[in-house]
Amino acid sequence: MRRTKSEIEGSHRTISRRALLLGGAQLAFIGGLGMRMRHMQVEQADQFRLLAEENRINIRLIAPERGEIFDRNGTPIAQNVPSYRIVVVREDVGDIDSAIGELTKLIELDDKELERALAEMRRSAPFLPITIADKVTWEDVSKVAVNAPALHGVTPEVGLSRVYPRGSDLAHVVGYVGPVSDYDLDKIADPDQLLRIPRFQIGKVGLEAKMEDDLRGKAGAKRVEVNANGRVMRELDRREGQPGADIQLTIDHKLQSYLQARLIGESASGVVIDCVEGDLVAVGSAPSFDPNLFVRGISSGDYSDLLNNKYRPLASKSVQGIYPPGSTFKMMTAMAALEAGVITPEETVYCPGHLTVSGRRFHCWKRAGHGSIDLHNSLKQSCDVYYYDLALKVGIDRISAIANRFGLGVRHDLPMSAVAEGLTPTKAWKQQTHGAPWRTGDTANSSIGQGYMLASPLQLAVMAARLGTGRSVTPRLIRTIDGVEQPSGAGESLGMNENNLRKIRGAMNAVSNNRRGTGYRSRIIEDGYRMAGKTGTSQVRNITKAERRSGVIRNRDLPWERRDHALFVCFAPVEAPKYAVAVVVEHGGGGSVAAAPIARDLMLQALYGGPPPLEAYPAGDRARIKEQQDRLQDMEPIANFEGKERA
Amino acid sequence: MSYLEHSVKSVPSGARKILFLNWPLAVLLVAVASVGFLMLYSVAGGSFTPWAEPQMKRFAVGFTLMMIVAVIPIWFWRNMAALAYGISVLLLVLVELFGAIGMGAQRWIDLGFMRLQPSELMKITLVMLLAAYYDWLPSKRTSRPFWVLIPIVIILLPTFMVLRQPDLGTAILLLAAGGGMMFLAGVYWVYFAAVIAAVVGLITAVFESRGTSWQLLKDYQFRRIDTFIDPSTDPLGAGYHITQSKIALGSGGWTGRGFMQGTQSRLNFLPEKHTDFIFTTLAEEFGFVGGFSLLGLYTLIIVFCVFTAISSKDRFSSLLTLGIAFTFFLFFAVNMSMVMGLAPVVGVPLPMVSYGGSAMLVLMVAFGLVQSAHIHRPR
Repeated sequence: MRRTKSEIEGSHRTISRRALLLGGAQLAFIGGLGMRMRHMQVEQADQFRLLAEENRINIRLIAPERGEIFDRNGTPIAQNVPSYRIVVVREDVGDIDSAIGELTKLIELDDKELERALAEMRRSAPFLPITIADKVTWEDVSKVAVNAPALHGVTPEVGLSRVYPRGSDLAHVVGYVGPVSDYDLDKIADPDQLLRIPRFQIGKVGLEAKMEDDLRGKAGAKRVEVNANGRVMRELDRREGQPGADIQLTIDHKLQSYLQARLIGESASGVVIDCVEGDLVAVGSAPSFDPNLFVRGISSGDYSDLLNNKYRPLASKSVQGIYPPGSTFKMMTAMAALEAGVITPEETVYCPGHLTVSGRRFHCWKRAGHGSIDLHNSLKQSCDVYYYDLALKVGIDRISAIANRFGLGVRHDLPMSAVAEGLTPTKAWKQQTHGAPWRTGDTANSSIGQGYMLASPLQLAVMAARLGTGRSVTPRLIRTIDGVEQPSGAGESLGMNENNLRKIRGAMNAVSNNRRGTGYRSRIIEDGYRMAGKTGTSQVRNITKAERRSGVIRNRDLPWERRDHALFVCFAPVEAPKYAVAVVVEHGGGGSVAAAPIARDLMLQALYGGPPPLEAYPAGDRARIKEQQDRLQDMEPIANFEGKERA
Repeated sequence: MSYLEHSVKSVPSGARKILFLNWPLAVLLVAVASVGFLMLYSVAGGSFTPWAEPQMKRFAVGFTLMMIVAVIPIWFWRNMAALAYGISVLLLVLVELFGAIGMGAQRWIDLGFMRLQPSELMKITLVMLLAAYYDWLPSKRTSRPFWVLIPIVIILLPTFMVLRQPDLGTAILLLAAGGGMMFLAGVYWVYFAAVIAAVVGLITAVFESRGTSWQLLKDYQFRRIDTFIDPSTDPLGAGYHITQSKIALGSGGWTGRGFMQGTQSRLNFLPEKHTDFIFTTLAEEFGFVGGFSLLGLYTLIIVFCVFTAISSKDRFSSLLTLGIAFTFFLFFAVNMSMVMGLAPVVGVPLPMVSYGGSAMLVLMVAFGLVQSAHIHRPR
């Protein structure tokens, strides 16, 4: 079939026209692509560059090393020690079940931990290391390391773990750390990013919690490049964090250790304060617990045992415990009366064994009465009627005001948990809280540290220190933070009449050193170290009229929780007080029997800076003291932080 | 117009044919392929394996094939057009019957030494058959309904077979290339208006079919369309690819982040970075300058082809050259639109650059046809 020339030319023209049309359309489209490319790569380049950087750069926090805690002589109280864990990288292991099988032959794996690790492994990327065993002993780590060639993808890793080498000795002071919980996070308004790190340890109780901000330090950060799966390709740069500040306590761990050992078997507490600087040299509470248990993760059984124990081992009784101060409060009543000028030291009061105040009979501990008695003897023999009389003359408000200045009824600012304020009642206070008027009987009760009056052992020790020095000695627990000396607690003069103070001190001296004093049996006979004290026995029950008629039941015939609290406060040496001590034995019976010997032993231990010579004790006691010293000096604190110990 | 009407004596013969090759076009092809080698080397993290080296070998094979096809007279290829189309359709049927399952779609036949994708072959043989058809058809009949219906059947038969695989990208390419051929042949524009209306109707039907028992597209294809419309709705799921692709492209800036310095591709944020998304790596590492240069190379190839076609007096040669150029254009236009977020992710490779055997070999054969038309053009 031949085609005509015109047909050939016509079709050629058509094709050329259409080709140019289509070609033009193609060029237009290509132009559009070029414009789009320019828009994205030139105008929006910065925005996309930022997105690309966000994609690839991850910021990882580096946990700072927590500050360590030392005693006043530099002995470690809270340390960071290397802790070993076994980690598994799934993609390196291959068959995870056989690897665990191999591992079980070498070391003991905890079933729960293993289950958790396996669950975590299923959830996370295969290249992420998963902890399969935490807090592993050095022996187990060695076993894994030696068998490393056979255990591909299983490696021991080292981290830092908090350890309290003094164990139970300072549990109530220092507290413990634990992993951050949701509850902790809720309490903090603007939590540090560090707290988001899984299992990050923060202070939970005690000084660890109160000084958290100083101890924690500042987080470091590293920028890492990650790929689309989140695998870290390389580290771009890192900014080291700032380790937490080290804290040096005023506590002397030897004395603290002695105190804890001395209190064993009692539900008791004791405080030794340095009268010169206000340093708390020992703050003990018994029974105690091992804080290392909490760091490791305490078993629920152990925890409920601690919680349900009737002697309350978790409570720091020295600062949290508040007790009727009993006769140890009589110095305050006397001081108030002397300062107010309503009596002179020489004035006597007749004690028939009781005093009737607005129709109610208030008894003296001595049923027969003390007869005519002055200030000195009333304190020495702890006559109650003398103080009823004094209190009625001076009034409750002035007594409480004086008590406040001696450190009772005020909260001392210490970095410990739940430091108690105690209570020094006033007329206004009773009206406000009880909605009832103050009665004269309340004044009588308060004058001998009963009724509403409440004080903690710490407050009683501060009171003794202030009586001994005449200055407002302020307790401090921290000597230095990061090497910086903290303000001294020496305090200003209380502004009390020095003669009045001297009278009280003389009477307290007599309590301990006069043959008829209530604390005579627990005296110190070393001349330069003689101490002045005051016994206290505070009732926790009402004695009914019927009981008084038939004879008051003796303490040892009562159930434990209804027996009297035994208290003792003292300072020594009498002439230039160096230390003040307060001891409270819960339901211990008489202060002179249960509390005074402990306080005396503590005082001697503090004054001598170690075990005192037997010559400092009264001759008759030496054999018994010798035996007690031998027993206590070898006692180790309850501390079990090495190795794993699972319930 | 046909060679029957021309003297073939002036056509070069024997080894002299090589001298009459369209050399600028050959050089452009080598240049584009080299860009591909460079990018495949880069996305492998600076390694010839696993992609750059096999690609270079295939290009060598492809270039040889192009030469062989080029020296064979164009009238031979015209006579082969119907047979080639028939074989392609047969292979599509075979893929349906014996094809291996790969990427959720049946697409290739394993020949042992290579995997053949009949759908790639189809793109060229369809253009060949349509060029031969319009060469045979007297131009007066071009726009007559019956003679318009025939090419439509020729186009739709392979299109539906490819769609069944399912390979949406190739189906669209076949439709567009076939339509382009008809437009170039001079079919009356009213037919195109009708076809466009039909396409709009079809798209509507596809969307209407969603969630019903006669669903025309697979779920993953619907999701791709959804995320194309708004990728931000699913930034970590289906929209992830296109979002990451745009980030890579945009972050290249004017001059790029440097060879093998593209963080998006090196850190695996880019999907399919050696095949469909290879352009993003280029744009990331060489920036606007690099991306625009490749676009320029492609444009030059199109321009050369169009001018060769217009200057040719042979109707089959012209239509074939224009059709191949348009198919080539469709490849890179769809791919680039896709990675720039202008079109849904349909799985069209970047011609001569993306890693892949079938596509490259078929394209080289196609350019062999263009060369043959050039060498054997009537003088």
